[in-house]
Amino acid sequence: MSEPEQLKVVTDSAQATEMLGQRLARFLHPADVIAFYGDLGAGKTTFVRGLAAAIGAPEQVKSPTFVLMHIYQGRLPIYHFDAYRLKNAGDLYNIGAEDYIGTDGVACLEWSERVEEMLPADCLRVKIYYHTALGPNGRELIFEASQGRGLEIVEALKKQNDTGEN
Amino acid sequence: MSCRENNGNYIKCEPFAPEYILGLESSCDETSVAILRGGQEILANLVSSQIPLHAKYGGVVPEVACRAHMEVINPLIEEALEQSGLKLSDLNAVAVTCGPGLVGAVLLGVACAKTLAGCLDIPLIGVNHMEGHLFSALLETPDLPMPMVCLLVSGGHTMIIKADNPGEYTVLGSTRDDAAGEAFDKVSKALGLGYPGGPKIQALAEKGSREAIKFARPMLNEGFDFSFSGLKTAVLLHLNSPERGSDADICASFQEAVVDVLSTKVLRAVRRCQAKSLALAGGVAANKALRERLADGAKRLGITFTCPQLELCTDNAVMIAKAAWELAREGWRSPLSLDAKPNLELV
Repeated sequence: MSEPEQLKVVTDSAQATEMLGQRLARFLHPADVIAFYGDLGAGKTTFVRGLAAAIGAPEQVKSPTFVLMHIYQGRLPIYHFDAYRLKNAGDLYNIGAEDYIGTDGVACLEWSERVEEMLPADCLRVKIYYHTALGPNGRELIFEASQGRGLEIVEALKKQNDTGEN
Repeated sequence: MSCRENNGNYIKCEPFAPEYILGLESSCDETSVAILRGGQEILANLVSSQIPLHAKYGGVVPEVACRAHMEVINPLIEEALEQSGLKLSDLNAVAVTCGPGLVGAVLLGVACAKTLAGCLDIPLIGVNHMEGHLFSALLETPDLPMPMVCLLVSGGHTMIIKADNPGEYTVLGSTRDDAAGEAFDKVSKALGLGYPGGPKIQALAEKGSREAIKFARPMLNEGFDFSFSGLKTAVLLHLNSPERGSDADICASFQEAVVDVLSTKVLRAVRRCQAKSLALAGGVAANKALRERLADGAKRLGITFTCPQLELCTDNAVMIAKAAWELAREGWRSPLSLDAKPNLELV
């Protein structure tokens, strides 16, 4: 299988990370799945906050760690899952995630590494790393996909990045 | 109780006083069943607490929890009846959490409650989980003077709510990102202390200095909303700093920052609303430093402070039965078409 397509972006503040979420929002369609990876405090929820705001969701985006899932209603519904407390993909199935992932809205999954088997092959992966060269709030974000919708989104983001649009 | 009018989950009826209320709560991890007599006497309070099962995974394991709701709810009901010396036919009403929560979990409790209410031909009363927490204050102090300000703080929620009367609420503030209990758990995990994080951090904090590290107090002087995500990240970054200090100092300083923000804001809310009482509820109420700070602050303001005993602070079905009692007294019940609403709001 070919190497996945990637786009790397660095941000120097939580606001800049949130803004990237906003920029991604315009490319999203129903049934898209975004899998987030990154350590505690990396900014996964922050990114989703920007994305949800740009989708027009009026709800405050909060960490779903304890409640496991939040739903936001914008131009598309956003299903915000958090697998931090889950052990494996079976757990995600057991909390009823199948009824939401790949349906009428965009599914955002934090701590995706724990539920890898539940991710569709055409999902978009967003990996967030601490990038302390840019200070304590510096982050590197890698957008990655190898096929289908995920790949389309990465290509669209790259094009947007090349033309310097915001 | 205007918030209940035009709400499909309630119908107006003659006020009634169900002697024996069965309460069911299954909004997230815990399945809980309780029987309340006369709105005040707890005959049974069972919680399928899964902490021993969960501890080894460094977090709660919902797979176990979600399956458990289905597996344990019937045995728990039987056990609660036995403890109370009652038969199903003795029950006078069924109370159930109808949201907010995880959709599958809430649905299960609601389906179970509807079945019982239908078969036994007794009133069904749906309860908002958050309202249950508010009413837990009345279990501890039945004649709590109103208006009351409540700090509801747990792994999933951090809110300041004003109650002018039971049923009349204003949400003054809530967290914009992480709940305070979540910050405790994640800091605990990063320090390798395990789950649940609250008691672990508290124990280690007693051996450290709360002045050792000056963690920022997020949004301390801005309104009544909270933000704990930045504090969590600040602690995590501090773990790699050269002036790291001892784990005990980190725990003590982190706990101090959380307690400081929570108490400063809720006491400010008390003064702003001229509240006559202050209640603390939710799992983080187990934190001694927080309880002491709030008790002290309430004393200085000359108002009543109440904090339910710990098993009534965490998710439990007694508070659901208690809320249902108060609703029944106001003449509210639910139709058998009661809906489980995962995003149910308090007001």
